[in-house]
Amino acid sequence: MSKPLTVWDLPREEYLAPGHRMCQGCGAAIAFRHILKATGKDVIITMPTSCGEITSTVYPHTAWRVPWIHVAFENAAAVASGIAAGIEALKRKGFIPKDKDIKVVAIGGDGGTFDIGFQALSGTLERGDNVLYICYDNEAYMNTGIQRSGATPLGAWTTTTPVGKVWRGEWRPKKRKDLIAVAIAHNVPYAATANPAFPVDLYMKVKKALSIKGPKVIHVLSPCVPGWRIEPEKSVEVGKLAVLTGMWINYEYENGTYRVTTPVPKRKPVREYLRLQGRFRHLTDEEIKKIQELVDAEVARINKLVGKEVIGPVEG
Amino acid sequence: MGKVLPLGGNYAVAYAVKACDVDVITAYPISPQTTIVERLSEFVANGELNAEFLHVESEHTALSVAIGAAAVGARTYSATCSQGLALMNELLYIMSYIRLPMVLTIVNRALSAPINIWNDHSDFMSVNDSGWIMMMSASNQEAYDEILLGYRIAEDPRVLLPVITSMDGYIQSHVVEPVEIVSDEEAISFAPKRRSWVTLDPDKPVTMGPVGDPSYYFEFRRQLWEAMKESRKVFDEATEEFAKRFGRKYSAIETYMLEDAEVAIVGMGSFMGTIKAFVDRARRDGVKVGALRVKLYRPFPSEDIARALSNVKLVGVMDRALMPGSAAGGHLHHEVAFALRQAGLETKTIGFIAGLGGRLLTMDNVKQMVNVLINYKDKTVKELPKEPIFIGVRE
Ligand SMILES: Cc1ncc(C[n+]2csc(CCOP(=O)(O)OP(=O)(O)O)c2C)c(N)n1
Ligand code: SF4
Ligand SMILES: [Mg+2]
Repeated sequence: MSKPLTVWDLPREEYLAPGHRMCQGCGAAIAFRHILKATGKDVIITMPTSCGEITSTVYPHTAWRVPWIHVAFENAAAVASGIAAGIEALKRKGFIPKDKDIKVVAIGGDGGTFDIGFQALSGTLERGDNVLYICYDNEAYMNTGIQRSGATPLGAWTTTTPVGKVWRGEWRPKKRKDLIAVAIAHNVPYAATANPAFPVDLYMKVKKALSIKGPKVIHVLSPCVPGWRIEPEKSVEVGKLAVLTGMWINYEYENGTYRVTTPVPKRKPVREYLRLQGRFRHLTDEEIKKIQELVDAEVARINKLVGKEVIGPVEG
Repeated sequence: MGKVLPLGGNYAVAYAVKACDVDVITAYPISPQTTIVERLSEFVANGELNAEFLHVESEHTALSVAIGAAAVGARTYSATCSQGLALMNELLYIMSYIRLPMVLTIVNRALSAPINIWNDHSDFMSVNDSGWIMMMSASNQEAYDEILLGYRIAEDPRVLLPVITSMDGYIQSHVVEPVEIVSDEEAISFAPKRRSWVTLDPDKPVTMGPVGDPSYYFEFRRQLWEAMKESRKVFDEATEEFAKRFGRKYSAIETYMLEDAEVAIVGMGSFMGTIKAFVDRARRDGVKVGALRVKLYRPFPSEDIARALSNVKLVGVMDRALMPGSAAGGHLHHEVAFALRQAGLETKTIGFIAGLGGRLLTMDNVKQMVNVLINYKDKTVKELPKEPIFIGVRE
């Protein structure tokens, strides 16, 4: 086996230009940058209406050094399917050279993926279109001011799940919608989770996904400075803690096999992840215990899928 | 002379789309449009048409796919109507303002509620501000020809706007008429694939669909306005060239017995056949009535209409869609009245609402309209009805 890559091995080319308007410390910005390192120049990106879209393409400026299109909020997958179909037809008819490999990648927020774009995503996956769909998940509708989405985790404050005398943040008592399971239910050949605090892992997953024909899904956790009420310099730390506590598991699914790409032999308690974020500040010990139980169950489920204990018990 | 086939309007359109060698087809079933894409899928299935066919899960996705395909330079086609068109609405505006060409056929059908699959123009009219060029045919041959005209106009570098072609549901879509079809070579020679617009190309990266803040948004709108104006010139050139090649001459409007008419009925689509038949009959009785059919709805041919109606005393404008709460009653009346006024004409108008949800237009209905016009033709503007007259409805 070859030596594992480090950040020093990643391509030096930058296809996300500086000068965009994303917040300092934005997890999505780090994710975009590394996704583009993996796609290289021969790619077309579609992006739905979202924080990533509005902050990177305020006319006449653009941060995208690759072709990029935004159409609406609920259709990044559908637009990507159209692009893939157009390229296919134009290659057949000789308008685009047959050997030119142009990748099609949709990058959508959690709202544009879990909620309003869910139907279009299902269509793209179900038809088997040759598209990589990446969800950058900051766990709320950030663009419109931090409203609750179908990806908002239990207990999180948002502007539509405020903490008051009756409400205590998001109250969905179960694990949120499982995007990877949804993708696998569409019989995709490849699906993975990733996290910009682990940029090499993210890079390699995008690379691998693009080497496979058909529909692929990558779900990327994206710490958000104002939305999670964290300090800008803490976003990578929060991303790391998400993995170290088991709140987030970096894994991949390929043709029936699951593999955890960031094993965690000893987990930290979820409290360590939660306490850095203002959106969880109001949580009581009792409420944190409930979240810990959800995490424990998810860890057990993934370990079972992998067939061994890659994520260990909570230490101490 | 091409081959003449007995074709329903939907099949006629499918033949035209095939002749134009489209690259990407994407549509969702909805009556009475569905047989267009059924026929197209047969063409692709048999290898008669080399295109990507996307079975999408909604009309919203159909137009999203079309936008993506057009954005990489593909010649793209879709068809829909009624609820499907309503579901596309958001994307209609986006496609025109991104300035991507395509052709979309609307097989005119009523909008819900109550749900109704029959013909009127409420779907067509509901998108008349969307920045698309819009045509409405009145025969299956014309529905066929509109596809060829559509691609030629849409992809003209002076235009680069998407085009809606249309026909009346069932009355045209499912009724067989003789249709002359041209060869694929003739179609492509008339509507060549020019790939004349900016595309998403990794060798020349562009950003499409950016944020337009208050210092730029307005200019995007203004540019489309200019392109829409320019498209009229291109429409006239295209119809001229079409007549030369295929012997059928279309104009933005079709006039009938207007030269000496005192009263006239203005309308769109297949009902105009009934109107013309009535005009023939009334003329035999010495009634000076004429008719005008609007074919090109966007850009609206205001000047042509004013010119054609300049000597008419009173015009009845028949709308097959409703603008509830508006004094004009319907969209066409609104446009025609404004056109006449802007031309400084004395010509008066009355609005008629007819044929909603597939209610047929009988000769008696037309007679009723013409009688109203004759009764009011010498009255002053102030004496005219203040709201539209509903024809053929149970009160
Ligand atoms: C049809 C439609 N509904 C609502 C909106 C308003 N809107 C734009 S972006 C957005 C939220 C985006 O959330 P998400 O997809 O999670 O991306 P984020 O901004 O959080 O990165 C909303 C509600 C819209 N543009 N279009
Ligand atoms: S609001 Fe959140 S997602 Fe948006 S740019 Fe800022 S940190 Fe990134
Ligand atoms: Mg979000």
